[in-house]
Amino acid sequence: MSETYLHSVSLDRDKCTGCTTCLKRCPTEAIRIRHNSASILHDRCIDCGECIKVCPHHAKVALTDPIEIIKNFKYAIALPAPTLYAQFQGVHKPEPIIAALFRLGFDDVFEVARAAEIVSYAISKALREENRPRPVISSACPAVLRLIQIHFPALLDNVIDFISPMEAAAKIAKEEYAAKHGVEISEIGAFFISPCAAKMTAVKAPIGQEKSYVDGVIAIKDVYKTMRAEMHKGFEPLEIERASAVGIKWAVPGGEADALGIKSSLCVDGIENVKNVLEQIENARIRNLMYFEGLACVNGCLGGPLTVENSFVAKNRLRNVMNRAEQKTVQRTRIFETACETLRMTEEIEPNNIMQLEGTMKERIRMSERINELEKSLPGLDCGSCGSPTCRALAWDIAHGYANELNCIFKLNDRISSLAAEMVSLGASTRFNTLQDTARLKEMQEELGRDSENA
Amino acid sequence: MMIKETYAVAANDMSVAGDVSASIKRQMKRLGIPNQIMRRVSVCTYEAEINLVIHSDGGEIDFEISEEEIRVHVRDVGPGIPDLEKAMTEGFSTATSEVRNMGFGAGMGLPNMKRNADGFSIESEVGKGTDIVMTFNI
Repeated sequence: MSETYLHSVSLDRDKCTGCTTCLKRCPTEAIRIRHNSASILHDRCIDCGECIKVCPHHAKVALTDPIEIIKNFKYAIALPAPTLYAQFQGVHKPEPIIAALFRLGFDDVFEVARAAEIVSYAISKALREENRPRPVISSACPAVLRLIQIHFPALLDNVIDFISPMEAAAKIAKEEYAAKHGVEISEIGAFFISPCAAKMTAVKAPIGQEKSYVDGVIAIKDVYKTMRAEMHKGFEPLEIERASAVGIKWAVPGGEADALGIKSSLCVDGIENVKNVLEQIENARIRNLMYFEGLACVNGCLGGPLTVENSFVAKNRLRNVMNRAEQKTVQRTRIFETACETLRMTEEIEPNNIMQLEGTMKERIRMSERINELEKSLPGLDCGSCGSPTCRALAWDIAHGYANELNCIFKLNDRISSLAAEMVSLGASTRFNTLQDTARLKEMQEELGRDSENA
Repeated sequence: MMIKETYAVAANDMSVAGDVSASIKRQMKRLGIPNQIMRRVSVCTYEAEINLVIHSDGGEIDFEISEEEIRVHVRDVGPGIPDLEKAMTEGFSTATSEVRNMGFGAGMGLPNMKRNADGFSIESEVGKGTDIVMTFNI
């Protein structure tokens, strides 16, 4: 699995000091500190970007595509996330932003917000007409999707089987452009202007689709400066079809359920919060809930790790943008009706069993028992000094041979104290000069040296 | 080969109710117990835990997994159930209105446990306590 699973979130080893800040915040326990540096367990990483946000040394980075990637295609279409509209101080409408994208070298711009309206229509129709396990869970946040694959596989059946607005935008944008200009779809590249690291992974290793319609993911922060400069030059009236507030609000927590017109919905932002509420849903403790929208970032996509503006400020600004926009979806019947079929996922979403023990039931039980014993022998402080995020995680790591007990500084301390005490008592006995004592003393000195090296 | 863990459940503290069933679920997830079985065990342990918190004077839950089955043994130190037959009837509840206002005590606890477990036995004596054993085939 690790060979094919590409990750956007990665580590800049030169900047990492081996502090434990990211270790404690990773929702899937995918980080370990070894040899004074963090390392990411790629099978567990869901690209939520928490570590990027909390790293005080900016050692966690998201790999995305440079703007030059658009030259790989004869025709390039920009797919701006609605979050982009909230990034520029003093700009309260999308027009200058979209115009700036054209000046960056794109041949066309298709608002992801417009695709969001089409996806909203398709989902709400499916919810009305089909019988599904409740609550239906949104598929829009790729980090939450991966969280469900790892931690809540029992809820995979609840996930709505429509592709994300980003994917829908790429698909429809290419089809429209090809038809309008009489060119081949293969000559057109569609590029997402992204607030989100997980979207990069969603494009390279898609969930629910065999291949992504998106050809590249460009970080908002990477084009921010150039766009800002272009915006000062003024702009011509745009000749593209525009999104309404209904689509734009997908960037804000609760916006999706709002666009779907669902009253009994619950929106949770922040990956830890999402995890807690999914736990409740899995235990069937939340009743009469129709729709669940979980967003990995606080303030939803506006809080994405690749954004520039503070997410609370951005939320306020986006409200202004929405107030000035068209309030209702402008429907073109053909696209909206066909979307109900063409925007469906084509592949099953498989569970990811990485947090499960391996082997036969007997072996798993034996291993689990060993982990329980180890956990009980550890101090339970979850201090992270050993390099594993919790004592339970260290117990797992020891049982699998990835760590040893003396990685725990409390265990090491005990060991050093007991060895030191023995040395003192042996030191006293050497006055009688027994050869055995001197030999043991030497042995212990060596052992002490070894232990501290190991640790 | 068997895992056995014992968890203490204190009476009256609703803020920690759910912790034990969460630990048990974590164990099951790690072991890769099929979702459908895990869900039933979770429902039963949660109901049992809530019962201990609301009705009992405190107790313990034993959780055992072998290759063949999962066994949950719930026991408390009182006060015991005077009329077991009534207590096993759906909708019957002795919960206070305070507890009901919190969304519990609908009289579904014991019947729900019986329905979800593959094996269910209950013994209770007033003044001594209640003892429940639930088993689930793997």
